[in-house]
Amino acid sequence: MTGPMVEARGVRKYYGSLQVLRGIDLDVAEGEVMCLVGPSGSGKSTFLRCINHLERLDGGTLRVRGRLVGFEERKGKLYEMREREIASQRLDIGMVFQRFNLFPHMTALQNVMEAPVQVRREKTAAARKRALDLLERVGLADKCGAYPGMLSGGQQQRVAIARALAMEPKLMLFDEPTSALDPELVGEVLDVMRQLAESGMTMVVVTHEMGFAREVGDSMVFMDQGVVVESGSPKDVLSNPQHARTQAFLSKVL
Amino acid sequence: MTGNADIVAVPVRHYGRWVGAAVVIALLVVLVYGFSQGNIDYGTTWQYFTADTIVSGMWNTLLISLLAQALGVGLGVVAAVMRTSKNPVTSAVAWFYIWFFRGTPVLVQLLVWYNLSLVFPTIGLPGIASWDTNSLMTPFLAALLGLGINEGAYMAEIVRAGIGSVDHGQTEAAHALGLSPTKTMRRIVLPQAMRVIIPPTGNEFINMLKTSSLAYAVQFDELLLSAVGIYSSNLMVIELLFTVSLWYLVLTSVFSVGQYYLERRFSRGTSRATRSRGLLGQVAANLRLGRTR
Ligand SMILES: Nc1ncnc2c1ncn2[C@@H]1O[C@H](COP(=O)(O)OP(=O)(O)OP(=O)(O)O)[C@@H](O)[C@H]1O
Ligand SMILES: [Mg+2]
Repeated sequence: MTGPMVEARGVRKYYGSLQVLRGIDLDVAEGEVMCLVGPSGSGKSTFLRCINHLERLDGGTLRVRGRLVGFEERKGKLYEMREREIASQRLDIGMVFQRFNLFPHMTALQNVMEAPVQVRREKTAAARKRALDLLERVGLADKCGAYPGMLSGGQQQRVAIARALAMEPKLMLFDEPTSALDPELVGEVLDVMRQLAESGMTMVVVTHEMGFAREVGDSMVFMDQGVVVESGSPKDVLSNPQHARTQAFLSKVL
Repeated sequence: MTGNADIVAVPVRHYGRWVGAAVVIALLVVLVYGFSQGNIDYGTTWQYFTADTIVSGMWNTLLISLLAQALGVGLGVVAAVMRTSKNPVTSAVAWFYIWFFRGTPVLVQLLVWYNLSLVFPTIGLPGIASWDTNSLMTPFLAALLGLGINEGAYMAEIVRAGIGSVDHGQTEAAHALGLSPTKTMRRIVLPQAMRVIIPPTGNEFINMLKTSSLAYAVQFDELLLSAVGIYSSNLMVIELLFTVSLWYLVLTSVFSVGQYYLERRFSRGTSRATRSRGLLGQVAANLRLGRTR
């Protein structure tokens, strides 16, 4: 692949008359870890959800691995994709949510196996073996039989990461993966994410963990009121912000 | 009562309650006395309690209630899922089904099914096959369709509430994993909605046990019709109506006990103990009576 993993051009999104995204332009290269920061309500989650078409964008274009998200281009005209096509497009993209969203009626192992077996029609035995490997990778080999309700927040989030990885995505989206965690549990989740970054995964991470961003991130994008205000390497943005809005935001969170 | 209560005070005297209780007891005595002296032969009531016709009517009541409830659950799930569909036609059809079958009396619906031959003398695919509606629409089928399709409209609302109770994040997580909308509903949303759906479904079934008596109007051999058959020849009307009442009480009581445990289990919400059991395990545990906890 030559082009960027994610290419956003003028992405706009409305909720009713409220314009939440006012033209987002950004590129995420393959293997890049991009940290998305900004004040509450600035549209970070909305943009992330547009990338795997959980939200439909209202303007601009968004491409993942060169393919338009949610639309098809034929003879210069745009056609909306069917649910099935959207579902298959999402296979390349894993997502981790702030509130984990594990399936509470399934064990950790079943959570991880669900998509490979149901979507990719993998054989149960093979899917099980891979799921066990993944749980081991996030340090939860001993918890494979546990239901989400019996796990701590940090453990749940690690299962959620394993569940997303089970589909062997090319791109991982994280929406404030540690914001719902008790402070002492944040580290174990960030450790897993750091390993993932080291393994070369392309990641877009909405986070308030500036330490993680500085250490693991390849780039940082500061968003406010639906636009990208400033972007650059995490060190530059964090220690030498150019815009008044970035300065004001960072002075509050750092 | 509490051994270490050290406040000594005269409690409030509830004279009104005493008077009320006395009046109620007096009325009860009059009522029981009246029925015991009335022109009723209780021996007959008891005698028919175990009569073959009545017992087989009871089994038919149980059978039609179970089948109609099952049909109702199936239709209810389909209608509820259709209601949530983005396709306006699909959702409108479901809306109409619910509106129509909840808005008309079930007795009328039963009679319409039973007399369907008046509308369509034959049923079938033109040129391929065709049946005589009158011989097709047996009392059993009319009862099943009448009760089951009506029940489906009520179940649809219950299932819809259940679906609505599942956190939207579950759907998003499933979609993000690439599960299709159908798979998301079947594998992720519905199993979780069961927690909300199952207790009221138990109530619906207990109601169905009694509502099924309306099927006597379409000549289905359930409990009430069995009694009618007997008393129209021996004229022991009230005696046999009491016999079937006893059977209905037995049926509703038995299933109410099951319902009690069902509700107690599910009202506990997603406690850790509940979640750690599979759905079938939960249901099985609910039905195991006398479990101490
Ligand atoms: N489904 C929705 N319907 C209407 N408005 C919405 C919806 N989702 C989000 N919004 C609004 O869009 C704006 C951007 O929301 P978004 O969740 O993207 O912000 P965010 O940057 O992720 O904030 P936070 O840090 O609080 O998560 C907010 O003003 C929010 O109220
Ligand atoms: Mg957000």
